[in-house]
Amino acid sequence: MHELALAEAVVAAALEVAEREGLSAIREISVRVGELQRIEREVFEFALREVLPASEPRVADARFRVATEPTRLRCHACSHAFRLSDTSSPLDPDAAESIHFIPELAHSFLCCPVCRSPDFEVIEGRGVSIERIEGS
Amino acid sequence: MDPRGSVVDRRLEGVRRIIAVGGGKGGIGKSLLASTLALTLAEEGRRAGLLDLDLTGPSDHVVLGIDACPPREDFGVEPRLVHGIRFMSIVAFVGSRPTPLRGVDVSNALLELLAITRWGTLDVLVVDMPPGLGDAMLDAVRRIPRAEHLVVATGSRVVLETVRKHLQLLRRIEAPVVGLVENMSRGGSAAVRALADELEVPLLGVLPFDAELEEATGDVARLSRTSVVGAVRDLARGLHGRIRRVRGSAGSAASGS
Repeated sequence: MHELALAEAVVAAALEVAEREGLSAIREISVRVGELQRIEREVFEFALREVLPASEPRVADARFRVATEPTRLRCHACSHAFRLSDTSSPLDPDAAESIHFIPELAHSFLCCPVCRSPDFEVIEGRGVSIERIEGS
Repeated sequence: MDPRGSVVDRRLEGVRRIIAVGGGKGGIGKSLLASTLALTLAEEGRRAGLLDLDLTGPSDHVVLGIDACPPREDFGVEPRLVHGIRFMSIVAFVGSRPTPLRGVDVSNALLELLAITRWGTLDVLVVDMPPGLGDAMLDAVRRIPRAEHLVVATGSRVVLETVRKHLQLLRRIEAPVVGLVENMSRGGSAAVRALADELEVPLLGVLPFDAELEEATGDVARLSRTSVVGAVRDLARGLHGRIRRVRGSAGSAASGS
């Protein structure tokens, strides 16, 4: 499961923050998952719990909040602002899987619904990011 | 906060050495050298990997004749073993479709690839560096700071103008440079030698211009018999010699202290 690799990154980054800020216990990690990457919230929550290192007391009791962020896109060519649901017919499974691994590959499979350009900007809702870390 | 940078070192921790093949200019043979270097290392029994970081114009798969290499999903993605090489490229995900990516997209895709690819245990990972001195190259250097740079040049003044800048940049950011290689040589260029001397970079090999290379491209068995790949084989052995010597001297210095 590829989500485990990203979950591991979240926990590693949280521990770096704990180190830097001098936190002895992390209570909660809030994560945003972009709609574009098509990671299911439940799957990612499971992955996060799965990768918690047993040897690391600072995250032993951490809770996770995972929220999905809708994707907003804007065409560089014609400035049209659009959402993922505005793009053409449903993606075939191979395309969806490619974007799931590397969200930028949306540029290989999707285009602006107005001018058909693949040169668009992902303004929001790309992939996995940490929104907030709480601890003491 | 972007968490991906926090796991890149971990993904590469089982890799003993990373050789980044670059040179700034497109079309000077970076992909040929990177691919055949990985191939010859694998032929000699080394656990070799090849990472094509040219995300908009990947070509290592063309050199090695790899049609499809979908990665295996397992706690991230595991590169496929092709011709004895662990191989990763953007084509593993997108096939032959164009990848029109702006700088920010290149940076993101490159980081994603480094964050999810599990290389396992390797003796050498050869990285085919992107052309230019833009986002792609700067990110590759920043994200893989322990890469040792092997720089490709040809005797063309047009190429050398850019190769010089590439080397100057690597020096400025204190990235390790393992040496310079002359490609498409018709007898050894005085200009390449002069650049190596001027910038105090060892000239590690001279790859001959080979009229048969184009025909052999994509056919690994045939490629292996070309004079170019013969010279790459010598270069690979020389690289190992250098490694042993470097390690040997470091070891004796450590034991003497």
